[in-house]
This record gives sequence, C-alpha cells and structure tokens, in this order.
Amino acid sequence: MSDVTTVEGGNKVTAFIRREIGRVTALASLVVIFTFFTVMRPVFASWANVSGGILMSTTVIGLMAIGVTFVIITGGIDLSVGTSMALVAVITGKTIMNLHLNVWSGILLGMLVGTILGAINGLLITVLKLPPFIATLATMKGAQGLALIISDLKPILFASDVKGWDMIAQGNIVPNLPNAVLILLVAAVIASIILNKTVLGRYTFAIGSNTEATKLSGVKVNRWLVAIYALCGLFVGLGAIVMTSRLGSAQPDLGLGYELEAIAAVIIGGTSLLGGKGTISGTIIGALIMSVLINGLRILELQQEWQYVVVGAVILLAVYGDNVRRRRAGETTH
Amino acid sequence: MSSAQLLSVSGVSKEFPGVKALNNVHFDLNEGEVHAIVGENGAGKSTLMKILSGIYKKDSGDIKYKGNSVNITSPFEAQKLGISIIHQELNLMPHLTVAENIFIGREDRFPGGIFLNNKKLVAAAVALLKELELNLNPNDIVGELTIAKQQMVEIAKAVSYRGSVIIMDEPTSSLTPAETDALFKIIRSLRAAGKGVVYISHRLEELEKITDRITVLRDGEYVKTLKTSETNIPEVISLMVGRTVAQDQRPENRVIGSDIVLKVEGLSDLHLLRDISFDLRKGEILGFAGLMGAGRTELARAIMGADPKTSGTITLHGKETHIKQPSDAVAAGIGYLSEDRKRFGLLLNQDVTFNVILSSIPSFSNKFGFLKVKSAAGIARNSISQLRVRTPSERQFLKNLSGGNQQKVVIAKWLTRDCDVLIFDEPTRGIDVGAKDEIYRLLTKLAEEGKSIIMISSELPEVLRLSDRIAVMCDGRLTGIIDNKDANQNVIMELATKFSDKFTTVN
Repeated sequence: MSDVTTVEGGNKVTAFIRREIGRVTALASLVVIFTFFTVMRPVFASWANVSGGILMSTTVIGLMAIGVTFVIITGGIDLSVGTSMALVAVITGKTIMNLHLNVWSGILLGMLVGTILGAINGLLITVLKLPPFIATLATMKGAQGLALIISDLKPILFASDVKGWDMIAQGNIVPNLPNAVLILLVAAVIASIILNKTVLGRYTFAIGSNTEATKLSGVKVNRWLVAIYALCGLFVGLGAIVMTSRLGSAQPDLGLGYELEAIAAVIIGGTSLLGGKGTISGTIIGALIMSVLINGLRILELQQEWQYVVVGAVILLAVYGDNVRRRRAGETTH
Repeated sequence: MSSAQLLSVSGVSKEFPGVKALNNVHFDLNEGEVHAIVGENGAGKSTLMKILSGIYKKDSGDIKYKGNSVNITSPFEAQKLGISIIHQELNLMPHLTVAENIFIGREDRFPGGIFLNNKKLVAAAVALLKELELNLNPNDIVGELTIAKQQMVEIAKAVSYRGSVIIMDEPTSSLTPAETDALFKIIRSLRAAGKGVVYISHRLEELEKITDRITVLRDGEYVKTLKTSETNIPEVISLMVGRTVAQDQRPENRVIGSDIVLKVEGLSDLHLLRDISFDLRKGEILGFAGLMGAGRTELARAIMGADPKTSGTITLHGKETHIKQPSDAVAAGIGYLSEDRKRFGLLLNQDVTFNVILSSIPSFSNKFGFLKVKSAAGIARNSISQLRVRTPSERQFLKNLSGGNQQKVVIAKWLTRDCDVLIFDEPTRGIDVGAKDEIYRLLTKLAEEGKSIIMISSELPEVLRLSDRIAVMCDGRLTGIIDNKDANQNVIMELATKFSDKFTTVN
C-alpha cells in the first residue's frame, strides 16, 4: 500500500545506528542512571555493591527474562515463569532430598523439570490452540498451587544436604565474581548465539514476524513453538537452581510476580511485544536497569513503595521512547 | 501436444460446510506454458490453488503430477513435489532480510544441522537474484522495502524451490505498469526454461499479454478452457459472469452544476504532496489517477486530517474549514473509504447493523448512552435494500459477506452519517467483475443524488468509465485535471509520468 515508507539511501553506519538505536538508548540510560547514583552516593559504585548487590539481584530475573525474550519474539507471552520457578525449586528440592542426588544431577533435574513445564505451555498453545496469554495464565495458577501442595506449604530445606549446592550461586570460579553472575553471563552468551546463529533462533524471529507465512514456507511452526517454550522453561529451571542455591532452600511461595519483572526487563530492552524483533543483550540491559534503579533508590533510602512507582515510570518511558522513535522511522507502533 | 504435461487435475471437488466450493473441476498445465485461471470471487480459484499447494485436501477427484497420481497433504509436500505458490497476500516475514525470507525453512546449515551458515545463504541469494535480474540487496530488511520489491522477493522465493510449477495468485495487484512488465519478463523466462506457470489475475487485459491458455471457473464449476490466441476479453468476461459486460464505457454526459462543494488550495505535506489545488462540484465524480506512490492516498489522508499538512486550505461550501483530525472531517461531512476496507473500514467480527451505525452512534443512542437497537436495525435494513447488499439479514457478520457487499456496507456507513463528500480509495479493489459493475452503478447513483465524490483508482478503465473530470498526480504533484471527453489512457499516462520539476499547474 502506498503508506509504506521506503528506506533507501543512507550508508551502512546510519542503517546500523537506526537498527541498533533501541539498544544504544537503553545502554545509555543505564549509564546515566548508574552515574547519577554514583554521584549521589559513591558507595553505590563499589564492587561489593555492584557484584553482591546489583548483579546478584539481577541473576534470577535475568535468567527468566532471557527465556521470556524468545517467547516474546515469537509474538507470544509467558506469564508462568515466576510460579514455574517455584514449582521447579520445590520438585527439585523434594527429589534431591528423597533420592539423595548429588549437585550435578540436581542441576540437570532442575533444568529438565523447567524444560518440561515450558514444553507443556508450548503444547497447550499449539495442540489445544489456546492463546499464549490464557495458556500461561492457567499454568501460572496451576504451578502456584502445585508448588504449595507438593511442599505442604513449607520451605524445603534441602540445600545443606547436597554438598556444594550453595556454591552454585555463591562460589567464585572467577575471583570476586559470584558464580550466579557468571551463570547469567554465560547463559546470556549462549542464548544470544542460539537466537542469532541457529535454526531455532531464525524460526523464532520468523514466527514472530509472520506465523502464517512461516507455516506456508514449510516450517513446522508448532514443533518449533513447543521447542521455544521449552527453551524458555530451561532458563526458568536454571533460575530456580540459582534461587535455591542463594536461599539454601526451595520457597514454594516465592516467584509470583517475577514473571512481570522478567517481561518488563524484556520490554525495556527493546524487544517488541508484537514479535519479530528483540535481542538478548537488550534484555540483560533491561534487567540491569531495573536492579540498578531498585538498588540505587534503596541506597538513597527511598521507601520501597516509591521504588515501584519509579520502575513503573521507567517502563512507560522506555516503551514511549521506542514508539516515538518508530513513528519517526515510519514503522507501526505498539 | 508436443510438450509434456506437468499437472492434470480431473474431477476435483471440495465441499465446505454448506458450500460446494469446487464441483468436478478440470485443469491441466504443460511444460513451458502460462495457464490463467479466471473467475469471479467465489468461483473457486483460490480453493483450487489451495488444494494444489497442499493447504486444503480435496474431497474427490484426481491430481496427476508428471503423469503420477499424487496426494498433496501439506505445503511442505507440494514444495517437495515441485509446486510452489505466490500467495495473494504477501507472505513474508517483514523483520527478516531478503535472503532469510527467500530460503526460510531451507537454510544452509553447518554440519550438525543446528547452526546457520549465513555466508552461504547470502551467496545463494545473490546468485538467485542475479539470475532473475532482480535489483535487490539480500541483506535488506523486507519490511523496509516497497510493496513491489516485496513482491519480487516472493517471486524469487517461489523460483528458488526449483519446482516445475509456479502458481501466482494476483501477482500484479500492487505493481506499477513498469513493475508488471518486469514481472512478465521473469514469467517469460520461466516459460522458456520449461516451467509451468498458473496465473491468476483480476486484470483481464494482462491475460492477452502473458498467457497461453485461459480456464474459466464459475460458482465452483468448470466452464471452459480457451486458447488465448483464439479468444478475447469480452468473451472471457461473459463466460465468467454468464452474461455480457460492456467494456470501455464512459459516463453519460451529465450536467454538473457550478456549486463548488470542496475547494482545496495549495495543500502540501511534509514528505510528498506539493501545492495541490482543485475544486469538487456538487454531484460530480472527480477521478484521481496516477501511479503507485504518486500521493493520491496521501492526499486523501491529508484532506481527512489523518496525516498532518504543512500548508494549504480546505474550503467546504464556501467556508474555510480547519481539519486537524479525522473526526473534524467527518463532522464537516467528508467520508473516506479506504482501499484497505478490512483494516480501516470495517469491523469484520460485527454485524451489518453495527457497521452501518458505527460513524453515527450518537444519533442512535438515547441520553443515557443506551443504543436504540430498533432504529439502528431499521436503518441497517433500509441500507440493505437501498444499496442492494446481499446478506440474509442485518445481523449477519461482515466477515461472511463478499468483498462487494462489504464495500456497500462501508458506503452505507457514510451515507448514514450524512456525508456529502465521499472519498473512495480504490473502491473496487479485490471485488469481482460482476460486483464491480454494481459498485459503479451505485457511485453514479450517489452522484446523481447530489453527493460529491472523489474516486482514487489505479484502473484506468474504471477512472474513465465513472469520472466527470480526471485529476492526475505524479510524484506528489497534481499534473493535470482533464474533462472526461478529452481523456484517454494515453493522455492520463503521459500526465502520470510527468516527473519534471519545471512544472506549471494545469487548470
């Protein structure tokens, strides 16, 4: 139709900037916010605060947000990641206690359970043809209930039974860098490679860009969707492992609400809720912006209630800024 | 026949609940042949194509591919056999690059099958685009290309399957004449390479240029297969509609009053439109012709206040009117009927009544905000009988009506709002031949009743048939306004391609 704007001319650099401007702006905002808090309270920039406070508190949400990025790029949504994480923690904790598993089989088990929960979402969406919002809303409530039932409403204190479980998050393979942070970084790099270099990643973008066209091109879209939701679940499982390692226990009621923080990180990072567009690095930046804000505001001794308001405002600003940019570029907006 | 038969369809039927979409249809395709399938909407063309490309399953009948009976159960299978299809709606992934789109589902991978070999992918795309002489950059994001270039990506993709049969469903519906010629060149080289091309188009004048044979379907039934060299367009049309439709008509010389209803002066916008001035008189149909991208839709949107203008005045009934947003235009009595009815004109999941009153809901609700259901249904029934909308009742959902009848509902919406200026953007796009005629009569009737109509159309016969005067645009400027009696296709095309900067306003 004639209202499509053509982008012709312009050299590669401007094209690159235009394409990457979302992430560039997010990164710039992160630097600005960081600098602001450092000027206000120099202790903010101390490595103890950065690694033990900011980075450490980004790990669980960050891992979930990586998984959710894949799902959102397909044009879907996963509301179940928060309570699924609790369910994975509870199932893993119970099994480890009963079967006396070692740390490695415990980790594998957690990732496996997460993957299965994710695959269930994928099957509900593709086989029963439920909209992702509804399917994952249902599994969110289901997982919440099951976590409470299986745990009998009590925290499962299993970590001390497994030698080395606490080291998963708190050890230091790299000096001065908590393992949890290392896990997040490695996971982000691997996820980024999957998204940009593999067949699964290509189909993630293709499905989000135009599902029907992808299907008609002979791609088995349903199978790939199940795989993508399962992959999201795998990262949720990883999140659960890091969480239990940090806390030393599986908390059945901890996780509800995390899904929205993960989704917020993805959106602040410039991934489009309409699908077809997004990056892992953007998501990590988004997650960092939120932890930096929370951490900084806490150091400034702003009441927690106000911290929520600020985070809400940041989400608004991030998406509004993105819209303005797209409108200028002539793209469709959210 | 000397060349081998690629495809032979015999006695194929397909039934959907309540509708016999195809009844005992025949069709065959030879190597090195372009075979058109024509018919009105609902004739069964798309159903047949969807069976051939594996989207639908046939109920009965036989399909032979290169002499062997085949059962095509999925698009994937069709592609494996060697049948690829270019769908009517562009089926591309706008966020992916040209190369990624062309080879979607068949990406080059490194050993192991997990990682993509992007270098090889791009190289393959470069080779293919060069072979087809398409001027496309494999690394461009498809969503940033023009529709015509996107169409070229579709074609490259279809060719890349290296199949023997390529089905093209309305490939030229959004192409300019020059782009259409480029497409025809590709089709001819495919034909020369021994491929079979199934060609579906509403633009019948194209059939003479490009096809070898024409098969006509009507109401799901096979009518006839003709050799293009032995037939002509009027014969094809009469077979399609089962009666004769006159071509190349002109409006009866109606006397248009001198009352100027709408006066646009010096209108410009940020990107394209430059200094556009024209008058629209009471009871007049003013046609707007021009190539794709000439700025006709942009002009309509600027008049409606949907896009900002940088200068210019709009005078309605002698009074300058400030239109800042579409609701201002509607309040002033201007209705815009978008070329994309489904996106901008209708609520497909709502019934006729809802759509008819959509722009005038305040006059169909009482002071507490409740809808006056009875009077709304009444006005809807009125519109149905006045505009002869074919629908079982005013409660039918819009998605169940044909394109022509949907268009009538959009018209009813603006008539209910009591607009006296109507801007039609491609009023017959996607509407079949028989229903087009009815839309034409309706537009003429509206003008005779005193409505003033701006009609944007890319089909010159349509412009010539309906317009009292014809305004021609090129590159954001108005290059001329001519009376119908002075106009013919050549004159219009000349004005439409007047890309000069040293341009003086005609009229």
